[in-house]
Amino acid sequence: MGHYIIRRLVISIPVTFGIALITFILLNVIPGDPVALMMKDHISADVVARVRAQMQLDDPAYIRFFRFIWNALHGDFGVSYKLNRSVSSLLMDAFPNTLILAISGALVSWIIGIPAGVLSAVKKRSFLDNSIMGFSLLGVSIPVFWAGLLFQYIFAFWLGILPVSGFDGPEYLIMPAIVLGWSSAGTISRLTRSSLLEVMRNDYIRTARAKGNLELKVVINHALKNAMLPVVTVMALQVAGLLSGAVITETVFGIPGIGRIAVNAIQNRDMPLLQGAVMFTTVLVILGNLVADVLYSLLDPRIKYD
Amino acid sequence: MNDASTILEINNLKTYFYTDKGVVPAVDDISIKVKKGQIIGIVGESGCGKSMTSLSIMQLIAPPGKIAGGEILFQNKNLVGISKAEMRSLRGNELSMIFQEPMTSLNPVYPVGKQVAETLLLHNKHMKKAEAKQKVIEMFKMVGIPEPEERYRVFPHQLSGGLRQRVMIAMALICRSKLLIADEPTTALDVTIEAQILKLMKNLQEEIDTSIIMITHNLGIVAEMCDYVYVMYAGKIMEQADVYELFDHPKHPYTEGLLKSIPRSNVQQNKEKGLYSIKGMVPNMLNLPKGCRFHPRCIYAEDACREVEPDLVDVGEGHLVRCIKYKN
Repeated sequence: MGHYIIRRLVISIPVTFGIALITFILLNVIPGDPVALMMKDHISADVVARVRAQMQLDDPAYIRFFRFIWNALHGDFGVSYKLNRSVSSLLMDAFPNTLILAISGALVSWIIGIPAGVLSAVKKRSFLDNSIMGFSLLGVSIPVFWAGLLFQYIFAFWLGILPVSGFDGPEYLIMPAIVLGWSSAGTISRLTRSSLLEVMRNDYIRTARAKGNLELKVVINHALKNAMLPVVTVMALQVAGLLSGAVITETVFGIPGIGRIAVNAIQNRDMPLLQGAVMFTTVLVILGNLVADVLYSLLDPRIKYD
Repeated sequence: MNDASTILEINNLKTYFYTDKGVVPAVDDISIKVKKGQIIGIVGESGCGKSMTSLSIMQLIAPPGKIAGGEILFQNKNLVGISKAEMRSLRGNELSMIFQEPMTSLNPVYPVGKQVAETLLLHNKHMKKAEAKQKVIEMFKMVGIPEPEERYRVFPHQLSGGLRQRVMIAMALICRSKLLIADEPTTALDVTIEAQILKLMKNLQEEIDTSIIMITHNLGIVAEMCDYVYVMYAGKIMEQADVYELFDHPKHPYTEGLLKSIPRSNVQQNKEKGLYSIKGMVPNMLNLPKGCRFHPRCIYAEDACREVEPDLVDVGEGHLVRCIKYKN
């Protein structure tokens, strides 16, 4: 297992490099000059040129790219054009907020999604199943920004029991976590349901019944662990995705996390900050994938990595 | 009506499947009797209802299937309509089952020893885990699993088919069940392994004094293992007799055909004559032929066979046959 993890980490180096390259190319082809955006209109072309030179923006692209890689390898992602602070410290400040939001969103989706999926599968084609699946479909289909605005309207504006936006305490977390969790709960419950229904058709389920097990124990002890295999993969990737910033949720609820940093960086053509945010995300997604695969082997003894 | 030596008595059991296309009489009015310590065989082609009979006894028929009538008396208690809790206390305990596919009948994510111990712990509420483990290891020894301590911890995929079937047998007999239903226990195994497993089952049957219902399509197994045989066709019992009687004096044309289809060890003869087969196919259970169910494939069929369904008649010495040729 140790060897496997090391090998996976080694393989992820070229992946990270490739993503750095693609991001860099994309950032350089999008229109909009960061210096022009920073400067007011009345500042002369001469000053703009001097600032560009100072920021080493006139160097050929490949030199700038390798300079970025070299500095990144030393833990230096540069300084934000707009905020004039080091990218690393900005990301580190934002990350705890994103982390809390991601964990609570994921928890909401698991606590709702997994039991809902199990209930749906056990009561297949019942009213309960149809209701749960309908609700899941809504969760998957309703855009997060719309659900967010709806929640804000109902709970903050209309009922006035929750703060509209911001991030000043646990009560600020409730709406974003539910909005975020609902959409993933939909995916998780549907996946749990279909996976469990598939597993329940297996011969070993009949064996479990023939032993004299309660039907509930057949489902929980014998079927669920097998059914969770595909679900765990999705869960780990989902967490990785959430950690890299629930862009829309953070924007709607004004949560200063990684996602909002990335959006602001795009608007300001703040290349070092955006490149840093993307690299950060890349690493999280790669780690999320790795965690999924390791969990997979822990759940399923047939899967062994060496 | 029922003497003490009878462990299972099935009377007029009907297990029907209510599908969108119509009612499938998978088990159609059959009666079976198993005595203590007896091995009975149920023989027939695929789809004749033999597996459905065993699942009916275990009360494991899944919808749209349902027991539509009859009674299943296990130790004089009718299992049809029994409460779920009562049925659970019997399953795996006094009434157990081995399935056809050892490769898929064990849960892939748990060690095999734990899966056997589960049965023991389910039916012995006060048993300690360590004690259960000890008993499982003893049982593994008994069913001929080498290195039982190590094998306790391995996962199903690490065992061969033969060993997995031994685990299944250990699981079925760990509570020293009174009746073991073996649904084609060796069909998925090599012939050499098959012989070992059958020998093991026979030995255990004597040691534990359990009764066995052996469900198979292999007449060789029947000849070797069983005391009494039921021949099933399209959900009905066509013939039933003591094993020697059945092999020496088959009365039903279907049984005759089955016996003729056994490959002989005389290669020359097999090559010259080819292997005998019963012409035609098992009938569509949704659209059964009128009269005798076997008549479209019967070489002796006459007009009367197309009209009336014959009754199961006693031709003496516990030999019953369902054919128009035989009358009371």
